[in-house]
Amino acid sequence: MKKSNVGSMVFNIVNVTLFLIFTLICVFPFYYIFINSISDNSLAAKGAILLYPKGIHFENYVEVFKLKSIGSAAAVSVARTVLGTLLTLLGSSFLGYAFAKKEYWKRKFWYRYVVVTMYFSAGIIPWFVTMKGIGLYNSFLAYILPTVVSPFYVILFKTYIEQIPPSLEESVQLDGGGYAVRYFKIILPLSMPILATIAVFSCSAQWNAFLDTLLLVRDQELYTLQFILYQYLSETEALAAQMRSSQGTVGSAAANYVLTATSVRMTVTFVIILPILFVYPFFQRYFVSGIMIGAIKG
Amino acid sequence: MITIKIRTAAQKSGFHLFLMSLPLLILLFLFSYLPLYGWIYAFFDYHAGMQLKDCTFVGFKFFTAMFNNSASINETLRVLKNTFGMSALNILTSPLPVIFALFLVEIKNKHLRSLIQTLTTLPNFISWVIVYSIAWSMFSVEDGFINRLLISTHIIDSGINFLTSSNHVWLKMTAYGLWKGLGWSAILYIAAITSIDAELYEAAMVDGAGRFQCMWYITVPGMLPTYFVLLLLSIANFLNNGMEQYYLFANPMNKSAIEVLDLYVYNLGMVGSNISFSTAVGILKSAVSIILLFFANGLSKLIRKESII
Repeated sequence: MKKSNVGSMVFNIVNVTLFLIFTLICVFPFYYIFINSISDNSLAAKGAILLYPKGIHFENYVEVFKLKSIGSAAAVSVARTVLGTLLTLLGSSFLGYAFAKKEYWKRKFWYRYVVVTMYFSAGIIPWFVTMKGIGLYNSFLAYILPTVVSPFYVILFKTYIEQIPPSLEESVQLDGGGYAVRYFKIILPLSMPILATIAVFSCSAQWNAFLDTLLLVRDQELYTLQFILYQYLSETEALAAQMRSSQGTVGSAAANYVLTATSVRMTVTFVIILPILFVYPFFQRYFVSGIMIGAIKG
Repeated sequence: MITIKIRTAAQKSGFHLFLMSLPLLILLFLFSYLPLYGWIYAFFDYHAGMQLKDCTFVGFKFFTAMFNNSASINETLRVLKNTFGMSALNILTSPLPVIFALFLVEIKNKHLRSLIQTLTTLPNFISWVIVYSIAWSMFSVEDGFINRLLISTHIIDSGINFLTSSNHVWLKMTAYGLWKGLGWSAILYIAAITSIDAELYEAAMVDGAGRFQCMWYITVPGMLPTYFVLLLLSIANFLNNGMEQYYLFANPMNKSAIEVLDLYVYNLGMVGSNISFSTAVGILKSAVSIILLFFANGLSKLIRKESII
């Protein structure tokens, strides 16, 4: 008995230690980028900030938004996240609601028509040619329209709706309410948990999207934060040029606040991570419930 | 008579509902079905900006072009090797989330456990661009944390090129994927463990089973059905690595080892503007993927008596 207790304790210690090491590997990069973004910029550029910040200041978070490209990219990213998520919620949930109704015209066929799109794709080049053909090249709509109907969310929502007792809806039906009235007045308020789950998934997908900008957008005013950061990373030259051209306005700050390529990279990275860090702990349960519902279906 | 009337009323409202949802069905048609029409470009000698009617019909020329001389065969083999290599590494590492879940639930302190779970899931919700930025901050020669640490502790004299070198590209890509996805993938297995009947453990303990016996004979079998489904899905997706990660981490040095099918198609069509050829490659890839999907589904029906699609 005693021996197994010792063995168990050793196991626990080794187990927890291994998990803490992996957790540290997951978290440390975020910390490292953060301390570099708030440290004295010249020290950060020299690589002197390793484990803790030196010369703490938060000017970078103000200064990067004065760079023309970042301000507009942040606006585009926020706009696509908010509008894209709203449209996805409305479109996918209404279709899910419609498919939950037995009387839907040729329901089986149309439901399959939606679901089967999860299992094939025409490929990136035909997709690009089509998008261009229907006028979504260099258009903000290219960010928000393709996700309005997401088959997976339609399935999630349909499954959820089917659990709501029909009697709740019938009470309004008798008062002469049509589908739209019932959908907005009864179904949506009752569906908050699933809507929250889908919203969280959709927000993070929109915020993190990168390929659609790469493929379809050449107009700089439509660049997203992700794309701008990618440009900074891939073309350090472009970043340096941007630094030089904005020297007039930004250079008025004290020397250790002057933006460097390193400070911009670190700060923009953290600006993009920040909303996720803020939102994530509160919505974790929705993420988890989302993957669970998905798994039951799968 | 009355029943017929009710039926037609229901039919009428059902059709009404269909009309209300029609705009949504049209959107789906535009983004999922209409692109299939673009497959026609694979059969013509098409160049950007041309009208299809002005292009010469070439039949299957672009489909056989992948194999018609030794240079193109080598190119095809290289891309397939990368695709297979990275997919195989993904399948080889697929037991890791199972192991992660198995040992995480052995941590008895609930707060510690949920803290670890929260923090290790976080990387799943950041984009590949951010992962690339993080990798740069950690591994680049001039800026990277690892190099700076090793230099400042005098273990090495000059920076090691972790980030852009062409060595161990497949392994590095798999490692980035694991860093991002391990904690998240484990969630499904943790859920599978929580749904195991607690009485099983009690009964086993009464019979004298130790901790490891419980883990091996109860917890592991409890996760296997989930693992099996995900394994089949990864077989179905063997050719679909996606391109985002590889596109971001690609550079002239590692390009030949990082180019998977999806990235190859992009590079051919968008960078090289070989629209017809890249479409043909994409069609072949889709065809094989569909076959794999049916194969995996058939396997699932055979073994689990349940389909995965």
